Amino acid sequence: MLRFIFTRLSLVIPTFIGITLLAFFLVRLVPGDPIETMAGERGIDAARHAQLLTEYGLDRPLLVQYGKYIERVVQGDLGKSIVTRENVLTEFGQLFPATIELAICAILIALIVGLPAGIIAAVKRNSIFDHGVMGISLTGYSMPIFWWGLLLILLFSVQLGITPVSGRIAVQYFIEPVTGFLTVDSLLAGDIDAFWSALSHLVLPAIVLGTVPLAVIARMTRSAMLEVLGEDYIRTARAKGMAPIRVVALHALRNALIPIVTVIGLQVGALFTGAILTETIFSWPGVGKWLIEAISRRDYPVLQGGTLLLGVVVMSVNLFVDLLYGLINPRIRHAR
Amino acid sequence: MSTQTLQAPAAVPSATPPHPLREFWSYFSANRGAVAGLTVIVLVLLCALFAPWIAPHDPNLTNNAVFLKPPFWQEGGSLSYPLGTDAIGRDILSRLLFGARLSLVIGIAVVALAIVVGIVLGLVAGYFKGLADIAIMRLMDILMTMPSLLLAIVIVAILGPGLMNAMLAVAIVVLPHYVRITRAAVIAESSKDYVVAAQVSGAQTIRLMFSEILPNCAAPLIVQATLGVSTAILDAAALGFLGLGAQPPTPEWGTMLADAREFVLRAWWVVTFPGLAILITVLAFNLLGDGLRDALDPKLKR
Repeated sequence: MLRFIFTRLSLVIPTFIGITLLAFFLVRLVPGDPIETMAGERGIDAARHAQLLTEYGLDRPLLVQYGKYIERVVQGDLGKSIVTRENVLTEFGQLFPATIELAICAILIALIVGLPAGIIAAVKRNSIFDHGVMGISLTGYSMPIFWWGLLLILLFSVQLGITPVSGRIAVQYFIEPVTGFLTVDSLLAGDIDAFWSALSHLVLPAIVLGTVPLAVIARMTRSAMLEVLGEDYIRTARAKGMAPIRVVALHALRNALIPIVTVIGLQVGALFTGAILTETIFSWPGVGKWLIEAISRRDYPVLQGGTLLLGVVVMSVNLFVDLLYGLINPRIRHAR
Repeated sequence: MSTQTLQAPAAVPSATPPHPLREFWSYFSANRGAVAGLTVIVLVLLCALFAPWIAPHDPNLTNNAVFLKPPFWQEGGSLSYPLGTDAIGRDILSRLLFGARLSLVIGIAVVALAIVVGIVLGLVAGYFKGLADIAIMRLMDILMTMPSLLLAIVIVAILGPGLMNAMLAVAIVVLPHYVRITRAAVIAESSKDYVVAAQVSGAQTIRLMFSEILPNCAAPLIVQATLGVSTAILDAAALGFLGLGAQPPTPEWGTMLADAREFVLRAWWVVTFPGLAILITVLAFNLLGDGLRDALDPKLKR
């Protein structure tokens, strides 16, 4: 097990270097002079230009600049936003809980609906239910989620007036952030009205973000269950006269879970991709919307720092999933 | 779906096996979803090819007499604008038809670029192994670690927004899949006897790589390419929606949706139809890809 952990951990370093290189060159490769970009349209005189060049270390060799960059990154200094003058790491920290709250709810919806749908589809193979689940999940998988979000707004917010169009909570509520999750914080504050407001804002974005993972989980669960249900030990269990529900729930599901867990882990990266689109549609104040706004404002420190931080988050989650996978599946742990 | 392909037509006992294409078609045509996908793709292709002749209006022609006109079956709509008009009086149906051209070109160009580069890198990694393999695969791992759209956004932020840059960005993002598939297939193939035989008979490296090994790696690549077209269309539309892909007034479906966003409260049709076009096209390519996978996978046959 130790050997497995060390091998997996050693893969983190090149990936981390790769992400920092990407973030570093992101700003270097932007056409135009970085100082003039920072100065904006007002322009800058030659003496000040040279002074700033030295100040930011931009006159040094590229490798030295990269070294300096890594040094700052390791110390947690990711620069300041050009627009808000706020520390990039601080801003990320303030916005990230909103994205996490959205992502957790999305994956919960995907699991609560996708797992049973996949299991029932496998057990009732070739039934109408099976064909229905597969058809719907292929549609969900093909869904342009930015359009799906607009459709749901059209239906639930405009036609039916059930849910709000955008934001995280109605403006009249102010909730002191404790966990950063508004649904949890409003409950901690004992404010039930604020909780309902936060929840109603959360429902549509979470459904939209959960759609693709739901489709993937349902398909994967079905095929993993079908494979396991064909095994000899399932036939044995059935022949012993075990109740069908026990066979499915105890024998089959437990062994089908390994590929399912992997797929759920792989969905985390896709979830952040979806979050960028979902947050833009619903004006959800998370890191995805923040990054898109940074592009249109040419706020390069935010784009650089945000990319680096999101990359590191996804890398860490992948690492965690891999380690967990090794823990539950000895075949992976011992593979050379 | 896979179950239907198993119902192969009754085998006629004969001395000669059926032609591979004929055999493939008998598996493929038994899969109703795949045939439906293929039909839709042919229809979209025809729309794209004949867009200038079947479109009722110029896609960029604005007409300030008909702002936000609803589709013909609703009150106020007319058959001269069958799917209504957008906020500056352009015919939505015409824009969708011309958009089909763009989406198909995007999908095919992105996949073509990714597959060519992917095959070369995958062949090099799988055939030479060693340092080249490690370097290429590490790079691909890094590309795969980044959330795909974030990586595409970063690349577009570097190169500047626009349709060409968006296509390049999406091609880079999907590249690792092709490299990995090619590499895996090359490693599996290159130890087989026919490769050794060709090597012994004096075939050179390039010849070995491209005319001996590559044709035998084609099946998984064809499947991935078909599924890749749908990913490319979807990602390019997402970039267009975020304002980073095709720029207005280009009638690209994602860009049309971005324009339509602010009218979601007043005119459902400007939002509904471009998205529906994306969904139908992407779904068709996914159905076709699934069908191809089932038909080309020897494990599922018989």
